[in-house]
Amino acid sequence: MIKFNQVYKRYPGGHEALKNLSFDIAEGEMVYLTGHSGAGKSTLLKLIAAIERPTSGSAIVRGQNTKSIKASALPFLRRNLGLIFQDHKLLFDRSAFDNVMLPLLICGFDHRDSAKRVRAALDKVGLLKREKSNPIALSGGEQQRLCIARAIVNRPSVLLADEPTGNLDTEYSGEIMNIFKSFHQVGVTLLISTHDESILRQFPARSLALKSGELVV
Amino acid sequence: MKNAFLQHIRVIRFTLHQFLLEPGATLLNLLVIGIALSLPVGGYVILKNVQGVSAQLAGTPQISAFLTTGTSQEDISHISTQLKDHAAVDHIEFVPKDLALKQLQLSTGLSDVIGGLAQNPLPDAFIIYPVAMDVKKLELFRDDLKSWPKFEHVQLDSAWAYKLEALLKFGRLAVLLLAAMLSFALIAITFNTIRLQILTQREEIEVSKLIGATNGFIRRPFLYFGLVQGLFVGMAALFIIAVCLQLLNYSLSGITQLYGTSFTLSHLSFGDSISLLVFSAYLGWLGAWL
Repeated sequence: MIKFNQVYKRYPGGHEALKNLSFDIAEGEMVYLTGHSGAGKSTLLKLIAAIERPTSGSAIVRGQNTKSIKASALPFLRRNLGLIFQDHKLLFDRSAFDNVMLPLLICGFDHRDSAKRVRAALDKVGLLKREKSNPIALSGGEQQRLCIARAIVNRPSVLLADEPTGNLDTEYSGEIMNIFKSFHQVGVTLLISTHDESILRQFPARSLALKSGELVV
Repeated sequence: MKNAFLQHIRVIRFTLHQFLLEPGATLLNLLVIGIALSLPVGGYVILKNVQGVSAQLAGTPQISAFLTTGTSQEDISHISTQLKDHAAVDHIEFVPKDLALKQLQLSTGLSDVIGGLAQNPLPDAFIIYPVAMDVKKLELFRDDLKSWPKFEHVQLDSAWAYKLEALLKFGRLAVLLLAAMLSFALIAITFNTIRLQILTQREEIEVSKLIGATNGFIRRPFLYFGLVQGLFVGMAALFIIAVCLQLLNYSLSGITQLYGTSFTLSHLSFGDSISLLVFSAYLGWLGAWL
């Protein structure tokens, strides 16, 4: 599903964020990405979503090399990825419902069908009752869950989550991890970056550990 | 297919909604560009009208040849046959001085002055209608007539119409330049409005791109915005011109009554109006696309 081969990422200015990364993530696998902040976790996720391109080496996602992918094909790659951002990236000019609706609008789904899907996604993360609220009125945990609802509403085959439990207390983290687990059970490929050791113990899975841009075994 | 169509409908509805969101700013914006656009269009309308009149006048060029006073009846009939046989002449009309005086008395309000004249100061005259030819040849023909004996003064009556035509050509160029500049202004204003919109919707654009929006999807609402704005601007320009023409015609009717003719400025034709709307909508689209 995701295959990195000797990937280097150097940012302008000379900072080397990733060094010689090679790994494989199979379809339906759940993988943790661990390491301290600044270890390159976010950069790695950005490379998968083709937000950044590798400086050298190849990053192949769903059979497409993100380095050489055409700009016109990029949106269609991203539609198969559910992105959960550390800073949520919710839109505060519309309701929670409309935030989750956005990916479906972009893909051009039938309106009535998509309303059903939006409610199903909101229900899954336990926010059905808050569908009319503005995201600004939601708590940090609720915003995080709303972001997850938006990422899963068009049923992507890969979920990328950047510190989904980053600034939440243990109770919320557990809730969110349970949501992820249920996706894993229906065959979604998951890559979750975290620096929270307790989660790793609670929900064990393979983990890729990064240390200053390098994979440590 | 149906979905794609519905999506476009949704975007248009969204665009119209955006106009209504800030009715004051929208109205002012539309008015400013509308007035700017109405300048060249108004110029075009007036040119069109004047052109219509000049075409009417210049369509039948005629040469007035005034005879020296005291030309005998014999000479007159001699000249008449000579003129009739001339290759360049279609037909002629003889205006004896008495008739000319009567016409002058009737057509202008000078009957008192003319009644006070001791004798008729007007000469006999021929009005010569030449066969169709261009201005250069007409002028040559006039010069030829000038050399005839007994002709005191020969005048090409439509000469001023040709001068007007030349002036109109200049006017057209001026209007064209104005139109070009102000079209550019429309593009620039649309571009600027949309740039501001992009700034306010930057977050939405960024997020949309991250979750797989194509450039087309992101551009679409802005393009429609430009299109609709252009359309409204075109309508505003049409409206402004209609109001101006109404006012002009009102005062014009006073003037034309004095001159004993009727002349009204007509509005743009239906086809011209449609092309104006399409053109301004296109300019808006272009501004958005940039």
